[in-house]
Amino acid sequence: MSTQLRRISEGNYGVARLTPAPEHPGTFLGMPKFTKAVKDELKLPVQRKNMRNAMTTIRTKRATRVAESPDWEDLRQAAFEIKNRVERHLDHYLLQAEKSLTERGVQVHWARDGAEANQIVAEIAKSKGVDEVVKIKSITTQETDLNEYLEEQGIAAWETDLAELIVQLGHDRPSHIVVPAIHRNRAEVREIFLREMKNYGRPCPEDVSSNPPDLADAARLHLREKFLRAKVAVSGANFILADTGSLVIVESEGNGRMCLTLPDTLISIVGIEKLLPTYDDLEVFLKLLPRSATGERMNPYNSVWSGVTPGDGPQEQHVILMDNGRTNVLADPVGREVLRCIRCASCINVCPVYERAGGHAYGSVYPGPIGITLTPQLRGMQDPVDRAMPYACSLCGACNEVCPVKIPFTDIIIHVRNKVVSAEKADRFPKDPEVLGEMALMKTAAWVLGDYKHFESIMYGSRGVGRVLHHKAIGPLPVPVAERWLKYRDVQAPPTQTFRDWWKQNRTESER
Amino acid sequence: MTTTINAPSEAGRATAGGLPGTGLDVAVFITCINDVMFPQTGIAVTKLLERLGCRVHFPKEQTCCAQITTNTGYFDESMNMVRSYVKGFGDYDYVVSPSGSCTAAVRDQHPMLAQRLGDAGLQRDVAHTSKITYDLPEFLVDVLGVTDVGAYFPHRVTYHPSCHGLRLIKLGQRPYDLLKNVRGMTLVDLPAAEQCCGFGGTFCVKNYDMSATMAGDKARHVRETGAEYVVGGDNSCLLNIGGVLARENSGVKAIHLAEVLANTEED
Repeated sequence: MSTQLRRISEGNYGVARLTPAPEHPGTFLGMPKFTKAVKDELKLPVQRKNMRNAMTTIRTKRATRVAESPDWEDLRQAAFEIKNRVERHLDHYLLQAEKSLTERGVQVHWARDGAEANQIVAEIAKSKGVDEVVKIKSITTQETDLNEYLEEQGIAAWETDLAELIVQLGHDRPSHIVVPAIHRNRAEVREIFLREMKNYGRPCPEDVSSNPPDLADAARLHLREKFLRAKVAVSGANFILADTGSLVIVESEGNGRMCLTLPDTLISIVGIEKLLPTYDDLEVFLKLLPRSATGERMNPYNSVWSGVTPGDGPQEQHVILMDNGRTNVLADPVGREVLRCIRCASCINVCPVYERAGGHAYGSVYPGPIGITLTPQLRGMQDPVDRAMPYACSLCGACNEVCPVKIPFTDIIIHVRNKVVSAEKADRFPKDPEVLGEMALMKTAAWVLGDYKHFESIMYGSRGVGRVLHHKAIGPLPVPVAERWLKYRDVQAPPTQTFRDWWKQNRTESER
Repeated sequence: MTTTINAPSEAGRATAGGLPGTGLDVAVFITCINDVMFPQTGIAVTKLLERLGCRVHFPKEQTCCAQITTNTGYFDESMNMVRSYVKGFGDYDYVVSPSGSCTAAVRDQHPMLAQRLGDAGLQRDVAHTSKITYDLPEFLVDVLGVTDVGAYFPHRVTYHPSCHGLRLIKLGQRPYDLLKNVRGMTLVDLPAAEQCCGFGGTFCVKNYDMSATMAGDKARHVRETGAEYVVGGDNSCLLNIGGVLARENSGVKAIHLAEVLANTEED
């Protein structure tokens, strides 16, 4: 072994480890569902303020970049059609990509799920005799919980993206797919660096300030050691080009370029939906992605890696094409539209629920609109976390308007809710009392509103309540369901006359 | 092109010849929540359309647009509501509703539900009813061609463009154009107007803490304007915003756009 990694016993975490232990298991399953988890998140006023400021800034930047692009709608339409073509002919493009990559000297692996993808990474790393790898920011590897798997296998995975480093050193989980440490402020970052860096490599200077350039310097020095000794790098990919067999990675910090150029071996886990048919298609996506994601005209670093070249970059390249539920999504004609996603997070950035909840409450590495449509479809709808997720939305539709690949989020959210309801109805075991209550309520609504005669009959009741309360406002009341509304709002007593009554008394309907 | 009409004062229906709606038979889809909780909104729609010369009808078969079940994922439970809608409105050429949200449901969700069921007859019927259903501002501006309906409302107001009106049926400037022509009114901009109020149908009881947080932010923005009234095109959102404003004893009242437009100097 080239390095002397030491396992450290982590105070609160007990177990001896190579890398900082994250707080939650990576799959998030078994966590409280959104409905419950969000209550705690809403009690964090500093986080809410940080998030509101950050989201407002990023939304404004995006809007400016979109406004200056006269062909924005054409670009969206082109992206929509290119990605739909990929979905329609995925089998063709996957085989073409495999052939092109292989011809370029890349070893292609196929993984049915996250566990298989993780195993392939570990096997390659072990075959190189290494006990550590450096990583480019990749949400796909968060989806498979790669870091924790490698830890179990005695391999340390070091995050090199600044935000991912903050998250990793903070024993934390990403809360956003583009800016994973958005929930942290600079004072917290300083504290994390001072406390943790020394345990995993070069310590943070004791006199570091909380100014971002100083903190970035500390991270740069800490990471440089890891870059210089790393023999293996692990990445995801923004795109794979089927015709040229190229791997495309865009980033802002240059850490990705270091991972791509310094280590001898590069392993990339790529979801099978990340394909583009041709090199020319990048023209569309490299305009849409940075503007949508960070409000930049282009990313500071755009790496297009087309196979192995002697004396330049990695001398051994592996691409793992991973399904992990994506073919299940593809099989659903409505739900499959989320597979166009290019992970720009513009839907997350405009989401009013995300802005207030933060990313941790969702129970998925993908939060916000893309998370609640993609995750339950990828994982299936058996766990309460996945069943609650599509309901973390008020159907405001802001996401539909900003999506660069025109995903109709609100339609898919309703569709996924229907799949949740079907799963609930198919369950044979006793259900959550909340679910049973909802089913009874929906059945009642269907009966009352399914026929005007039923509807008119319940109006006797509402008018009765109105007569009893006599225009009084209703305050907090211990009535199931209604108490949730009345906890925060007053409501006027129902009127003693419905519209129908008024119509009968004041208008006579002439026969048409 | 838009036409300006004079406040019809005592003219009434009998002498309504030459008005923008003359000769039009219009059915109103009042919606379930307005029928039970906000009859004054339905009455305002009726009187406003009549003032503009329309012959107004209220098909009694109507109940609900089915969003309560559809948006919660209960598609099967929605089907009788869709059938009631078709039964009530299938024979008309114009249906007008005081709700952007319910209009969007009729327009987008009814075809989806009928197609999913695979009922060709229902699909054909729904294809008709989804085309002839208008939210009130759409009908006034696009069909009748009016932005000045002769209304009078001497108050400081701000307008909340509910999400479904704003984004699903894309009302755009129509409500503002209608409000700008109301006599005696001061219309002030609402900060962060395009942000959701947090109602969201069953969202407000399933994720009630989140919903209340969003409603609280919206109410705060409304108070910042110093308006006496927050005007909107969906009473469900107004019930939410108005409920918080009432709990806070803010003195700001929520009112439907139809009631503002129906109000004249004679009232």
